[in-house]
Amino acid sequence: MIIPKLALRNMLGAGAKTWLNGAVLSMAFVTIIFAQGLYRGFDAEVSKTLIDAEYGGGQYWVEDYDPYDPFTLQDAHAVPAPPLRALIDAGRAAPILIVQGTLYPAGRVLPVAIKGIDPAQRQLSFPTNVLTASGDGIPALIGSRMAKSAGLAVGDTVTVRWRDVRGAFDAKDLEIVQVMTTTAQTIDEGQVWLPLATLREMAAMPGEATIVVLDRDASPVAAAAGWSFQGLDVLLKDIKDIIKGKTIGASVLYAILLFLAALAILNTQLLSIWRRRKEIGTMMAMGVTRGRVIGLFTFEGALNAVFAAVVGAVWGIPLLAYLAVRGLSMGANQGDSFGIAMSDTMYPSYSAGLVAGTTLLVFLITTIVSYLPARKISKLKPTEALQGRRA
Amino acid sequence: MENGAIIRTTDLTKIYPMGEQSITALKDVSLTFGRGEFAGLVGPSGSGKTTLLNIVGSLDVPSRGSVEVLGHKVETLPHKKAAELRNRHIGFIFQTFNLLPVYTVYENVEFPLLLLGMPAAARRKAVLAALDWVHLADRAKSRPNQLSGGQSQRVAIARAVVKKPELVLADEPTANLDAENSHHILRTMEDINREIKTTFLFSTHDDKVIGHLRRKITLVDGRVAKDEPGAAAKEAR
Repeated sequence: MIIPKLALRNMLGAGAKTWLNGAVLSMAFVTIIFAQGLYRGFDAEVSKTLIDAEYGGGQYWVEDYDPYDPFTLQDAHAVPAPPLRALIDAGRAAPILIVQGTLYPAGRVLPVAIKGIDPAQRQLSFPTNVLTASGDGIPALIGSRMAKSAGLAVGDTVTVRWRDVRGAFDAKDLEIVQVMTTTAQTIDEGQVWLPLATLREMAAMPGEATIVVLDRDASPVAAAAGWSFQGLDVLLKDIKDIIKGKTIGASVLYAILLFLAALAILNTQLLSIWRRRKEIGTMMAMGVTRGRVIGLFTFEGALNAVFAAVVGAVWGIPLLAYLAVRGLSMGANQGDSFGIAMSDTMYPSYSAGLVAGTTLLVFLITTIVSYLPARKISKLKPTEALQGRRA
Repeated sequence: MENGAIIRTTDLTKIYPMGEQSITALKDVSLTFGRGEFAGLVGPSGSGKTTLLNIVGSLDVPSRGSVEVLGHKVETLPHKKAAELRNRHIGFIFQTFNLLPVYTVYENVEFPLLLLGMPAAARRKAVLAALDWVHLADRAKSRPNQLSGGQSQRVAIARAVVKKPELVLADEPTANLDAENSHHILRTMEDINREIKTTFLFSTHDDKVIGHLRRKITLVDGRVAKDEPGAAAKEAR
């Protein structure tokens, strides 16, 4: 127990040096936890947005449907298989029919995906209920990005042309009943939402759908011939991959940050050992063994990490808690530039594992960079140390 | 060792390699010191006083010859055993005091006892007694930078004797002190020598110290030039 006691004495006795070390290391602690928390929050936020607005509890896709290939839409429609129909009838799933079409806003031509959805559906959180509005044309719901690119506003009428199941082209006027604001571009850009029954009638596809969105708590059905289940792990894979890529990118930043913190500790330890050679020689003269010299300096370094964790907790916990509650403004529609469903305010999310992992990592690095110069100084002869010679 | 001898050097030679050349710091030094001696190695700078003190203190090893301290052969003593010997049986006093700067006076004196693993109550008693010997009990909470040179050296003496070692090695202990402080600490060391029978071995070329010695060994160019009773011994006769 002598080494911890002496290390603590040395650390407390070092005054300003200890505080400086603690401040630098605590910044590394808090910054890493904050940045990691931001990515965790980012992940949670984007996943939630997409689940709420698009994926629900998972989707069934009709055979041949490929969301990245609009040419598949011509054939990607069918009457949902009986087990899916049962879920739809029970109000636990929402069928969506997707038809390729063209919009003609103010003389321009815009290719769009026309999506039919039941206005009374409860699986996705966007205002489909407005699609029941009666007016001159077919009620249509669009997102703010779509409204901006098409130059449309609520109350505008716009012509839409589509091809029905037999290959015949037809056109009708749509009335924009609402422009919704959503962070999920995937239900906004290049899309027009219509009542499902209307679109089925327009496309001559009675009772058919392209995808079926499940309730968040619904389990996939055992067998739905002609339909394949896409779980959240599949649907969110792209976004998870993006976040993973960004997290790896951020890891470089952490590595630099930790390297700088480690360098600061190493520098302090080297300087400390350089200045304390005579002291070390004196200790050796009094009977401190080489092992104890190593132990003392290594323990001092480790104590610095513990102290930094305490300092970091004192100023970091209130700051991180504040940011977790108030969020961090990313600027309006920043998610659009990332191409993902990111809200204007990000809320960092921290876990015990994140805090413990970061603390352990900083602790280990600090201990290692303290051990290295300690090992070197311990090789010094007591007489050389007493004369203040270099190790 | 016979006749109460606690240090015996036999044909002790120390050579320092300096590039392609070498410097002989000690040559065939054979000396014996008994328990309770108050002896000094005197001689000009470079005569080998500190080298001899370091080897006796097991801080260094001889190049040739043999050194036996309290029954331990220094030349074959492993690092750990040498550290243990210093920790249990030898106290050091340095020219520049070498107090541990971040510790208080009390903590500096307590340090060797912590290494010995002495229980807290016994440690406290021993530290306060040692501080009493050097008349610094009232400065227990001071830090080294708040002390004068004389006070610092008295703390160093307290630290060296707190564990009541058999041997105290003092390297130029008065070199940085004025006359009054020098006499004061020398009288303190004489008192301790008388009280707890600790052997004191000095390295010095300070006449003030030489005046207190009971045995004076003169080293010249690494050899023993003279081994005679010191001034204090002559006065006693």
